[in-house]
Amino acid sequence: MSDISRAEVAVVACAELFRGDGEIVVSPMGFIPSLGARLARLTFEPDLLLSDGEAYLMTPDAVVEGWQPFRKVLDTVVPRGKRHVVMGANQIDGEGNQNISAIGDHSQPKKQLLGVRGGPGNTANHRTSYWVPRHGKRVFVDQVDVVSGVGYARAREAGLRHHDVHRVVTNLGVLDFGGEDHAPRLLSVHPGVSVDEVVEATSFPLSTGGVTETRLPTESELLLIRTSLDPKSLRDKEVPS
Amino acid sequence: MADKRMTPDEIVAELEDGMTIGIGGWGSRRKPMALVRAILRSPVKDLTVVSYGGPDVGLLASAGKLKHLVFGFVTLDTIPYDPWFSRARESGSITVTEYDEGVFGTGLSAAAQRLPFLPTRAGLGSGVMDLNPSLRTVRSPYDDAEELLAVPALKLDAAFVHLNRADARGNAQYLGPDPYFDELFALAADKCYVSTEKIVETAELTEAGPVQSLLLSRMLVTGVAETPNGAHFTTAVPDYGRDERFQRHYAASAKDLDAWPEFVDRFLSGDEAHYQKAVAEFGESA
Repeated sequence: MSDISRAEVAVVACAELFRGDGEIVVSPMGFIPSLGARLARLTFEPDLLLSDGEAYLMTPDAVVEGWQPFRKVLDTVVPRGKRHVVMGANQIDGEGNQNISAIGDHSQPKKQLLGVRGGPGNTANHRTSYWVPRHGKRVFVDQVDVVSGVGYARAREAGLRHHDVHRVVTNLGVLDFGGEDHAPRLLSVHPGVSVDEVVEATSFPLSTGGVTETRLPTESELLLIRTSLDPKSLRDKEVPS
Repeated sequence: MADKRMTPDEIVAELEDGMTIGIGGWGSRRKPMALVRAILRSPVKDLTVVSYGGPDVGLLASAGKLKHLVFGFVTLDTIPYDPWFSRARESGSITVTEYDEGVFGTGLSAAAQRLPFLPTRAGLGSGVMDLNPSLRTVRSPYDDAEELLAVPALKLDAAFVHLNRADARGNAQYLGPDPYFDELFALAADKCYVSTEKIVETAELTEAGPVQSLLLSRMLVTGVAETPNGAHFTTAVPDYGRDERFQRHYAASAKDLDAWPEFVDRFLSGDEAHYQKAVAEFGESA
Protein backbone atom coordinates (compact mmCIF):
# COMPACT_ATOMS: atom_id res chain seq x y z
CA MET A 1 0.00 0.00 0.00
CA SER A 2 1.40 3.30 -1.01
CA ASP A 3 0.43 6.46 -2.89
CA ILE A 4 -0.98 7.83 0.33
CA SER A 5 -3.40 10.64 -0.46
CA ARG A 6 -3.73 14.00 1.26
CA ALA A 7 -7.23 12.98 2.40
CA GLU A 8 -5.81 9.87 4.09
CA VAL A 9 -3.25 11.98 5.95
CA ALA A 10 -6.06 14.31 7.05
CA VAL A 11 -8.12 11.36 8.29
CA VAL A 12 -5.21 10.18 10.43
CA ALA A 13 -4.63 13.72 11.74
CA CYS A 14 -8.30 13.81 12.75
CA ALA A 15 -7.99 10.39 14.39
CA GLU A 16 -5.02 11.72 16.37
CA LEU A 17 -7.29 14.42 17.83
CA PHE A 18 -8.88 11.72 19.97
CA ARG A 19 -5.71 10.06 21.26
CA GLY A 20 -6.02 9.74 25.02
CA ASP A 21 -9.73 10.64 25.13
CA GLY A 22 -10.82 7.27 26.55
CA GLU A 23 -14.47 6.58 27.27
CA ILE A 24 -16.14 9.81 26.12
CA VAL A 25 -18.54 10.77 23.33
CA VAL A 26 -16.92 12.04 20.16
CA SER A 27 -19.05 14.18 17.86
CA PRO A 28 -17.31 14.71 14.56
CA MET A 29 -19.03 17.18 12.21
CA GLY A 30 -18.05 16.51 8.62
CA PHE A 31 -16.94 13.45 6.72
CA ILE A 32 -13.15 13.45 7.23
CA PRO A 33 -13.45 13.97 11.03
CA SER A 34 -16.01 11.16 11.23
CA LEU A 35 -13.64 8.83 9.38
CA GLY A 36 -10.94 9.91 11.84
CA ALA A 37 -13.15 9.18 14.84
CA ARG A 38 -14.04 5.72 13.56
CA LEU A 39 -10.41 5.00 12.75
CA ALA A 40 -9.35 6.01 16.27
CA ARG A 41 -12.13 3.85 17.75
CA LEU A 42 -10.99 0.85 15.68
CA THR A 43 -7.33 1.27 16.57
CA PHE A 44 -5.77 3.16 19.47
CA GLU A 45 -8.89 4.46 21.31
CA PRO A 46 -11.22 1.44 21.53
CA ASP A 47 -13.36 2.92 24.33
CA LEU A 48 -14.58 5.98 22.40
CA LEU A 49 -18.33 6.41 22.08
CA LEU A 50 -19.35 7.37 18.54
CA SER A 51 -22.32 9.65 17.96
CA ASP A 52 -24.16 9.16 14.68
CA GLY A 53 -25.02 12.86 14.69
CA GLU A 54 -28.63 12.04 15.47
CA ALA A 55 -30.15 10.10 18.35
CA TYR A 56 -27.84 7.09 18.56
CA LEU A 57 -24.46 6.04 19.87
CA MET A 58 -23.12 3.49 17.41
CA THR A 59 -20.28 0.98 17.29
CA PRO A 60 -18.10 1.14 14.13
CA ASP A 61 -20.09 -1.76 12.68
CA ALA A 62 -23.32 0.19 13.21
CA VAL A 63 -24.67 -1.57 16.30
CA VAL A 64 -26.69 0.83 18.46
CA GLU A 65 -25.18 1.01 21.95
CA GLY A 66 -26.90 4.08 23.34
CA TRP A 67 -29.69 6.65 23.07
CA GLN A 68 -28.58 10.24 22.88
CA PRO A 69 -31.30 12.57 21.56
CA PHE A 70 -30.51 16.26 21.09
CA ARG A 71 -32.08 17.32 24.36
CA LYS A 72 -29.93 14.87 26.32
CA VAL A 73 -26.84 16.18 24.54
CA LEU A 74 -27.58 19.77 25.53
CA ASP A 75 -28.91 19.03 29.05
CA THR A 76 -26.21 16.64 30.21
CA VAL A 77 -23.64 15.40 27.70
CA VAL A 78 -22.28 18.85 26.87
CA PRO A 79 -22.41 20.27 30.43
CA ARG A 80 -20.93 17.08 31.92
CA GLY A 81 -17.99 17.52 29.59
CA LYS A 82 -17.57 13.87 28.64
CA ARG A 83 -17.39 14.83 24.99
CA HIS A 84 -14.96 15.94 22.30
CA VAL A 85 -16.58 17.71 19.35
CA VAL A 86 -14.94 18.53 16.03
CA MET A 87 -16.75 21.50 14.54
CA GLY A 88 -16.36 23.19 11.16
CA ALA A 89 -15.38 26.85 10.95
CA ASN A 90 -16.15 29.61 8.48
CA GLN A 91 -13.63 31.82 10.30
CA ILE A 92 -10.96 31.22 12.97
CA ASP A 93 -8.73 33.92 14.43
CA GLY A 94 -5.39 33.92 16.23
CA GLU A 95 -6.98 33.71 19.67
CA GLY A 96 -8.89 30.58 18.70
CA ASN A 97 -12.29 32.21 18.28
CA GLN A 98 -14.46 30.45 15.69
CA ASN A 99 -17.38 31.77 13.64
CA ILE A 100 -20.17 29.81 11.96
CA SER A 101 -22.87 32.43 12.56
CA ALA A 102 -22.66 35.24 10.00
CA ILE A 103 -20.14 37.23 7.96
CA GLY A 104 -20.13 41.00 8.34
CA ASP A 105 -22.29 43.15 10.59
CA HIS A 106 -24.58 40.84 12.55
CA SER A 107 -27.60 43.16 12.34
CA GLN A 108 -27.54 42.87 8.55
CA PRO A 109 -24.90 40.33 7.59
CA LYS A 110 -23.21 40.16 4.22
CA LYS A 111 -23.63 36.41 4.43
CA GLN A 112 -25.91 34.61 6.86
CA LEU A 113 -24.43 31.28 7.94
CA LEU A 114 -25.87 28.63 10.26
CA GLY A 115 -26.03 30.59 13.51
CA VAL A 116 -23.76 30.06 16.52
CA ARG A 117 -25.25 26.55 17.00
CA GLY A 118 -23.54 24.75 19.90
CA GLY A 119 -20.19 26.53 19.63
CA PRO A 120 -20.57 28.71 22.74
CA GLY A 121 -21.68 25.78 24.92
CA ASN A 122 -19.16 23.32 23.51
CA THR A 123 -16.19 25.60 24.12
CA ALA A 124 -17.46 26.50 27.62
CA ASN A 125 -17.86 22.89 28.66
CA HIS A 126 -15.55 20.41 26.98
CA ARG A 127 -12.78 19.76 24.51
CA THR A 128 -13.40 21.22 21.07
CA SER A 129 -11.38 20.88 17.86
CA TYR A 130 -11.95 22.29 14.39
CA TRP A 131 -11.73 20.89 10.89
CA VAL A 132 -11.06 23.19 7.91
CA PRO A 133 -10.96 21.44 4.52
CA ARG A 134 -9.73 24.55 2.65
CA HIS A 135 -6.99 26.35 4.54
CA GLY A 136 -6.87 29.99 3.40
CA LYS A 137 -6.98 33.60 4.52
CA ARG A 138 -10.77 33.75 4.22
CA VAL A 139 -11.00 31.22 7.04
CA PHE A 140 -7.90 32.09 9.08
CA VAL A 141 -8.67 35.77 9.73
CA ASP A 142 -7.33 38.50 12.03
CA GLN A 143 -10.61 38.69 13.91
CA VAL A 144 -13.80 36.67 13.50
CA ASP A 145 -17.01 38.64 12.82
CA VAL A 146 -19.15 36.73 15.35
CA VAL A 147 -17.74 34.58 18.15
CA SER A 148 -19.44 31.19 18.11
CA GLY A 149 -16.68 28.98 19.54
CA VAL A 150 -14.89 30.89 22.30
CA GLY A 151 -11.12 31.38 22.04
CA TYR A 152 -8.49 31.58 24.76
CA ALA A 153 -8.48 35.31 25.64
CA ARG A 154 -12.24 35.50 25.92
CA ALA A 155 -12.43 32.25 27.88
CA ARG A 156 -9.98 33.60 30.43
CA GLU A 157 -11.89 36.87 30.71
CA ALA A 158 -15.20 35.03 31.17
CA GLY A 159 -13.69 32.62 33.71
CA LEU A 160 -14.48 29.51 31.68
CA ARG A 161 -12.85 26.82 33.80
CA HIS A 162 -13.59 23.94 31.40
CA HIS A 163 -12.46 25.69 28.22
CA ASP A 164 -10.30 23.42 26.05
CA VAL A 165 -9.78 24.26 22.39
CA HIS A 166 -7.55 21.42 21.35
CA ARG A 167 -6.40 21.60 17.72
CA VAL A 168 -7.30 22.70 14.23
CA VAL A 169 -6.79 20.16 11.45
CA THR A 170 -6.79 21.46 7.87
CA ASN A 171 -6.01 20.16 4.41
CA LEU A 172 -2.50 21.59 4.85
CA GLY A 173 -1.51 20.81 8.41
CA VAL A 174 -2.31 20.82 12.12
CA LEU A 175 -2.41 23.92 14.37
CA ASP A 176 -2.99 24.53 18.04
CA PHE A 177 -2.96 27.40 20.53
CA GLY A 178 -0.16 26.06 22.68
CA GLY A 179 2.39 28.81 22.15
CA GLU A 180 3.33 31.41 24.70
CA ASP A 181 0.17 32.91 26.21
CA HIS A 182 -1.88 30.58 23.95
CA ALA A 183 -0.34 31.94 20.77
CA PRO A 184 -1.27 29.97 17.64
CA ARG A 185 1.40 27.63 16.36
CA LEU A 186 1.83 25.28 13.49
CA LEU A 187 2.38 21.76 14.82
CA SER A 188 2.80 19.85 11.59
CA VAL A 189 2.48 20.13 7.83
CA HIS A 190 1.11 17.32 5.71
CA PRO A 191 3.59 15.59 3.37
CA GLY A 192 4.15 17.76 0.29
CA VAL A 193 3.14 20.99 2.06
CA SER A 194 5.72 23.60 3.05
CA VAL A 195 5.67 25.67 6.22
CA ASP A 196 5.73 28.83 4.08
CA GLU A 197 2.61 27.67 2.24
CA VAL A 198 0.67 27.43 5.50
CA VAL A 199 2.01 30.74 6.83
CA GLU A 200 1.05 32.36 3.52
CA ALA A 201 -2.51 30.97 3.79
CA THR A 202 -3.00 32.29 7.34
CA SER A 203 -3.80 35.96 8.16
CA PHE A 204 -2.46 35.90 11.72
CA PRO A 205 1.16 35.15 12.69
CA LEU A 206 1.90 31.49 13.33
CA SER A 207 4.69 30.23 15.52
CA THR A 208 6.64 27.71 13.43
CA GLY A 209 9.38 26.53 15.75
CA GLY A 210 9.37 22.74 15.97
CA VAL A 211 7.06 22.01 13.06
CA THR A 212 7.07 18.33 12.11
CA GLU A 213 5.57 16.40 9.24
CA THR A 214 2.10 14.99 9.94
CA ARG A 215 2.47 11.28 10.47
CA LEU A 216 1.50 8.90 7.68
CA PRO A 217 -1.15 6.23 8.12
CA THR A 218 0.20 2.81 9.00
CA GLU A 219 -0.40 -0.13 6.66
CA SER A 220 -3.25 -1.38 8.82
CA GLU A 221 -4.80 2.09 9.10
CA LEU A 222 -4.69 2.45 5.31
CA LEU A 223 -6.35 -0.91 4.92
CA LEU A 224 -9.13 0.12 7.30
CA ILE A 225 -9.68 3.46 5.54
CA ARG A 226 -9.64 2.02 2.03
CA THR A 227 -11.53 -1.24 2.47
CA SER A 228 -13.77 -0.76 5.46
CA LEU A 229 -14.37 2.90 6.41
CA ASP A 230 -14.51 4.58 2.98
CA PRO A 231 -14.35 2.04 0.14
CA LYS A 232 -15.89 4.57 -2.30
CA SER A 233 -13.12 7.13 -1.61
CA LEU A 234 -15.57 9.90 -0.75
CA ARG A 235 -12.70 11.36 1.29
CA ASP A 236 -11.05 12.55 -1.92
CA LYS A 237 -14.05 14.78 -2.66
CA GLU A 238 -13.58 16.66 0.61
CA VAL A 239 -9.80 16.86 0.29
CA PRO A 240 -8.45 16.47 -3.23
CA SER A 241 -4.83 15.40 -3.44
CA MET B 1 -64.90 14.77 28.13
CA ALA B 2 -63.04 17.23 25.95
CA ASP B 3 -62.69 16.52 22.27
CA LYS B 4 -59.84 18.81 21.20
CA ARG B 5 -59.89 18.08 17.50
CA MET B 6 -59.48 21.22 15.39
CA THR B 7 -58.51 22.01 11.82
CA PRO B 8 -55.19 23.78 11.14
CA ASP B 9 -57.12 26.89 10.09
CA GLU B 10 -59.13 26.87 13.34
CA ILE B 11 -55.88 26.62 15.29
CA VAL B 12 -54.25 29.50 13.45
CA ALA B 13 -57.42 31.59 13.87
CA GLU B 14 -56.62 31.62 17.59
CA LEU B 15 -53.35 33.48 16.97
CA GLU B 16 -53.12 37.25 17.25
CA ASP B 17 -50.77 39.69 15.56
CA GLY B 18 -47.49 40.13 17.42
CA MET B 19 -47.67 36.86 19.36
CA THR B 20 -44.64 34.79 20.32
CA ILE B 21 -44.93 31.33 18.75
CA GLY B 22 -42.68 28.36 19.51
CA ILE B 23 -42.26 25.79 16.76
CA GLY B 24 -41.09 22.28 17.70
CA GLY B 25 -38.88 19.86 15.79
CA TRP B 26 -35.25 20.46 14.90
CA GLY B 27 -33.80 21.78 11.63
CA SER B 28 -35.66 20.04 8.82
CA ARG B 29 -37.06 17.37 11.13
CA ARG B 30 -40.62 16.82 12.41
CA LYS B 31 -41.74 20.36 11.83
CA PRO B 32 -45.48 21.11 12.11
CA MET B 33 -45.50 22.22 8.48
CA ALA B 34 -49.28 21.91 7.94
CA LEU B 35 -49.73 24.45 10.75
CA VAL B 36 -46.99 26.65 9.28
CA ARG B 37 -48.79 26.51 5.92
CA ALA B 38 -52.02 27.51 7.71
CA ILE B 39 -50.19 30.57 9.09
CA LEU B 40 -49.08 31.43 5.55
CA ARG B 41 -52.77 31.43 4.45
CA SER B 42 -53.94 33.49 7.43
CA PRO B 43 -53.90 37.26 7.96
CA VAL B 44 -51.82 36.98 11.17
CA LYS B 45 -48.61 39.04 11.15
CA ASP B 46 -45.66 40.43 13.12
CA LEU B 47 -44.89 37.10 14.77
CA THR B 48 -41.95 36.45 17.05
CA VAL B 49 -40.92 32.89 16.28
CA VAL B 50 -38.87 30.71 18.64
CA SER B 51 -37.42 27.75 16.77
CA TYR B 52 -34.57 25.33 16.29
CA GLY B 53 -35.03 26.54 12.77
CA GLY B 54 -35.64 24.75 9.51
CA PRO B 55 -37.94 25.50 6.57
CA ASP B 56 -40.61 26.72 9.02
CA VAL B 57 -38.51 29.84 9.48
CA GLY B 58 -37.79 30.28 5.77
CA LEU B 59 -41.43 29.93 4.74
CA LEU B 60 -42.69 32.32 7.43
CA ALA B 61 -40.04 34.83 6.31
CA SER B 62 -41.06 34.38 2.66
CA ALA B 63 -44.62 35.41 3.48
CA GLY B 64 -43.62 38.38 5.64
CA LYS B 65 -45.09 36.78 8.77
CA LEU B 66 -41.86 36.91 10.71
CA LYS B 67 -40.88 40.02 12.65
CA HIS B 68 -38.40 38.62 15.14
CA LEU B 69 -36.67 35.25 15.41
CA VAL B 70 -35.18 33.61 18.49
CA PHE B 71 -32.81 30.90 17.26
CA GLY B 72 -29.55 29.02 17.63
CA PHE B 73 -29.44 27.90 14.00
CA VAL B 74 -31.49 27.69 10.85
CA THR B 75 -30.67 24.79 8.52
CA LEU B 76 -32.32 22.32 6.17
CA ASP B 77 -29.81 19.64 7.37
CA THR B 78 -28.92 18.14 3.99
CA ILE B 79 -28.86 21.68 2.55
CA PRO B 80 -26.89 23.88 4.96
CA TYR B 81 -28.69 27.20 4.51
CA ASP B 82 -32.35 28.15 4.00
CA PRO B 83 -32.37 30.75 1.18
CA TRP B 84 -35.38 32.66 2.52
CA PHE B 85 -33.85 32.98 5.97
CA SER B 86 -30.59 34.18 4.39
CA ARG B 87 -32.49 36.75 2.34
CA ALA B 88 -34.43 38.01 5.38
CA ARG B 89 -31.23 38.40 7.38
CA GLU B 90 -29.11 39.91 4.62
CA SER B 91 -31.83 42.43 3.73
CA GLY B 92 -32.31 43.32 7.38
CA SER B 93 -36.06 42.68 7.17
CA ILE B 94 -36.21 40.73 10.46
CA THR B 95 -34.59 41.17 13.85
CA VAL B 96 -33.10 38.26 15.76
CA THR B 97 -32.12 37.02 19.19
CA GLU B 98 -29.29 34.58 18.52
CA TYR B 99 -28.62 32.00 21.23
CA ASP B 100 -26.46 28.94 21.59
CA GLU B 101 -28.51 25.72 21.17
CA GLY B 102 -28.15 24.95 24.86
CA VAL B 103 -28.93 28.52 25.97
CA PHE B 104 -32.10 28.30 23.89
CA GLY B 105 -33.12 25.06 25.64
CA THR B 106 -32.25 26.56 29.02
CA GLY B 107 -34.61 29.49 28.30
CA LEU B 108 -37.39 27.05 27.41
CA SER B 109 -36.67 25.03 30.57
CA ALA B 110 -36.95 28.17 32.71
CA ALA B 111 -40.34 28.97 31.18
CA ALA B 112 -41.42 25.33 31.55
CA GLN B 113 -40.53 25.42 35.26
CA ARG B 114 -42.19 28.84 35.73
CA LEU B 115 -38.84 30.33 36.77
CA PRO B 116 -37.61 33.80 35.75
CA PHE B 117 -34.27 32.38 34.60
CA LEU B 118 -31.97 29.39 34.81
CA PRO B 119 -28.18 29.47 34.98
CA THR B 120 -25.85 27.96 32.43
CA ARG B 121 -22.20 28.17 31.49
CA ALA B 122 -22.97 28.13 27.75
CA GLY B 123 -22.79 31.50 26.04
CA LEU B 124 -20.24 33.13 28.37
CA GLY B 125 -17.42 34.75 26.46
CA SER B 126 -19.19 34.24 23.13
CA GLY B 127 -21.04 36.39 20.63
CA VAL B 128 -24.25 35.45 22.44
CA MET B 129 -23.24 37.96 25.13
CA ASP B 130 -22.09 40.64 22.64
CA LEU B 131 -25.25 40.39 20.55
CA ASN B 132 -27.70 40.35 23.45
CA PRO B 133 -26.58 43.14 25.78
CA SER B 134 -29.66 42.73 27.99
CA LEU B 135 -28.41 39.31 29.17
CA ARG B 136 -27.27 39.22 32.79
CA THR B 137 -24.96 36.94 34.71
CA VAL B 138 -25.40 35.51 38.19
CA ARG B 139 -22.73 34.40 40.63
CA SER B 140 -23.02 31.06 42.38
CA PRO B 141 -23.74 31.72 46.08
CA TYR B 142 -21.69 28.63 46.99
CA ASP B 143 -17.97 28.20 47.52
CA ASP B 144 -17.16 27.84 43.82
CA ALA B 145 -18.48 31.40 43.20
CA GLU B 146 -18.66 30.65 39.48
CA GLU B 147 -20.18 33.37 37.36
CA LEU B 148 -22.90 31.97 35.10
CA LEU B 149 -25.26 33.23 32.44
CA ALA B 150 -28.80 33.81 33.77
CA VAL B 151 -30.93 32.83 30.78
CA PRO B 152 -34.32 34.57 30.88
CA ALA B 153 -37.39 32.36 30.53
CA LEU B 154 -38.47 31.98 26.91
CA LYS B 155 -42.21 32.27 27.47
CA LEU B 156 -44.43 31.44 24.51
CA ASP B 157 -47.98 32.52 23.76
CA ALA B 158 -48.46 29.36 21.72
CA ALA B 159 -46.45 26.30 20.72
CA PHE B 160 -46.90 24.23 17.54
CA VAL B 161 -45.52 20.69 17.43
CA HIS B 162 -45.99 17.72 15.11
CA LEU B 163 -46.18 14.18 16.54
CA ASN B 164 -46.78 10.81 14.95
CA ARG B 165 -49.97 9.83 16.80
CA ALA B 166 -52.48 11.46 19.13
CA ASP B 167 -55.90 10.78 20.52
CA ALA B 168 -58.83 13.18 20.25
CA ARG B 169 -58.22 14.48 23.77
CA GLY B 170 -54.65 15.55 22.99
CA ASN B 171 -52.46 12.78 24.36
CA ALA B 172 -49.65 12.70 21.82
CA GLN B 173 -46.92 10.25 20.90
CA TYR B 174 -43.64 10.30 18.97
CA LEU B 175 -42.55 7.07 17.28
CA GLY B 176 -39.17 8.19 15.94
CA PRO B 177 -35.84 8.10 17.78
CA ASP B 178 -35.80 11.70 19.03
CA PRO B 179 -38.43 13.68 20.95
CA TYR B 180 -36.47 16.87 20.20
CA PHE B 181 -37.57 19.68 22.55
CA ASP B 182 -41.30 19.39 21.87
CA GLU B 183 -42.24 18.77 25.49
CA LEU B 184 -40.35 21.89 26.57
CA PHE B 185 -42.08 23.96 23.87
CA ALA B 186 -45.45 22.69 25.15
CA LEU B 187 -44.58 23.46 28.77
CA ALA B 188 -43.18 26.91 27.93
CA ALA B 189 -46.39 27.95 26.15
CA ASP B 190 -49.75 29.22 27.36
CA LYS B 191 -51.37 27.08 24.67
CA CYS B 192 -49.93 24.11 22.78
CA TYR B 193 -51.35 22.90 19.49
CA VAL B 194 -50.42 19.49 18.12
CA SER B 195 -50.64 18.36 14.53
CA THR B 196 -50.42 14.62 14.06
CA GLU B 197 -50.13 12.05 11.32
CA LYS B 198 -53.12 10.18 12.68
CA ILE B 199 -55.69 10.52 15.44
CA VAL B 200 -56.30 7.10 17.01
CA GLU B 201 -58.21 5.61 19.92
CA THR B 202 -56.39 6.10 23.22
CA ALA B 203 -55.83 2.33 23.57
CA GLU B 204 -53.98 2.25 20.25
CA LEU B 205 -51.26 4.59 21.50
CA THR B 206 -49.60 2.00 23.71
CA GLU B 207 -50.07 -0.63 21.02
CA ALA B 208 -47.94 1.44 18.64
CA GLY B 209 -45.06 2.14 20.99
CA PRO B 210 -43.84 1.93 24.59
CA VAL B 211 -45.57 4.13 27.14
CA GLN B 212 -42.44 6.31 27.23
CA SER B 213 -43.24 7.41 23.68
CA LEU B 214 -46.33 9.27 24.96
CA LEU B 215 -44.51 12.59 25.00
CA LEU B 216 -47.36 15.00 25.72
CA SER B 217 -50.15 14.53 28.20
CA ARG B 218 -53.50 16.05 27.22
CA MET B 219 -53.24 18.49 30.13
CA LEU B 220 -50.60 20.31 28.07
CA VAL B 221 -52.55 20.33 24.80
CA THR B 222 -55.14 22.89 23.73
CA GLY B 223 -55.96 21.52 20.30
CA VAL B 224 -55.05 18.61 18.04
CA ALA B 225 -55.27 18.50 14.25
CA GLU B 226 -55.03 15.37 12.12
CA THR B 227 -52.71 16.31 9.24
CA PRO B 228 -51.51 13.23 7.32
CA ASN B 229 -48.10 13.97 5.75
CA GLY B 230 -48.34 17.17 7.76
CA ALA B 231 -44.60 17.45 8.44
CA HIS B 232 -43.83 17.29 4.71
CA PHE B 233 -41.19 18.01 3.43
CA THR B 234 -39.39 17.50 6.75
CA THR B 235 -39.00 14.09 8.41
CA ALA B 236 -41.65 12.34 10.49
CA VAL B 237 -39.92 8.99 10.92
CA PRO B 238 -41.00 6.20 11.05
CA ASP B 239 -44.05 7.41 9.07
CA TYR B 240 -41.80 8.95 6.40
CA GLY B 241 -38.38 10.46 5.91
CA ARG B 242 -37.51 13.84 4.47
CA ASP B 243 -38.64 14.46 0.88
CA GLU B 244 -35.16 15.39 -0.31
CA ARG B 245 -36.20 15.98 -3.91
CA PHE B 246 -38.93 18.36 -2.82
CA GLN B 247 -36.61 20.07 -0.36
CA ARG B 248 -34.10 20.66 -3.18
CA HIS B 249 -36.94 22.10 -5.27
CA TYR B 250 -37.95 24.38 -2.38
CA ALA B 251 -34.37 25.59 -1.88
CA ALA B 252 -33.77 26.16 -5.59
CA SER B 253 -37.06 28.08 -5.92
CA ALA B 254 -36.38 30.08 -2.77
CA LYS B 255 -32.96 31.05 -4.06
CA ASP B 256 -34.36 32.57 -7.24
CA LEU B 257 -36.93 35.35 -6.84
CA ASP B 258 -38.06 34.80 -10.44
CA ALA B 259 -38.80 31.14 -9.73
CA TRP B 260 -40.48 31.66 -6.35
CA PRO B 261 -43.96 32.79 -7.57
CA GLU B 262 -44.27 29.53 -9.50
CA PHE B 263 -43.53 27.55 -6.33
CA VAL B 264 -46.14 29.57 -4.43
CA ASP B 265 -48.75 29.13 -7.18
CA ARG B 266 -48.18 25.44 -7.45
CA PHE B 267 -47.92 24.49 -3.77
CA LEU B 268 -48.97 27.30 -1.43
CA SER B 269 -51.88 29.04 -3.15
CA GLY B 270 -54.57 26.70 -1.84
CA ASP B 271 -55.46 24.80 1.31
CA GLU B 272 -53.63 21.81 2.83
CA ALA B 273 -55.49 19.35 0.56
CA HIS B 274 -54.33 21.37 -2.46
CA TYR B 275 -50.76 21.26 -1.14
CA GLN B 276 -50.83 17.49 -0.61
CA LYS B 277 -52.30 16.92 -4.08
CA ALA B 278 -49.63 19.10 -5.67
CA VAL B 279 -46.94 17.25 -3.69
CA ALA B 280 -48.31 13.89 -4.88
CA GLU B 281 -48.19 15.12 -8.48
CA PHE B 282 -44.66 16.42 -7.95
CA GLY B 283 -43.71 12.96 -6.64
CA GLU B 284 -45.19 11.25 -9.68
CA SER B 285 -43.26 13.55 -12.01
CA ALA B 286 -39.94 12.19 -10.74
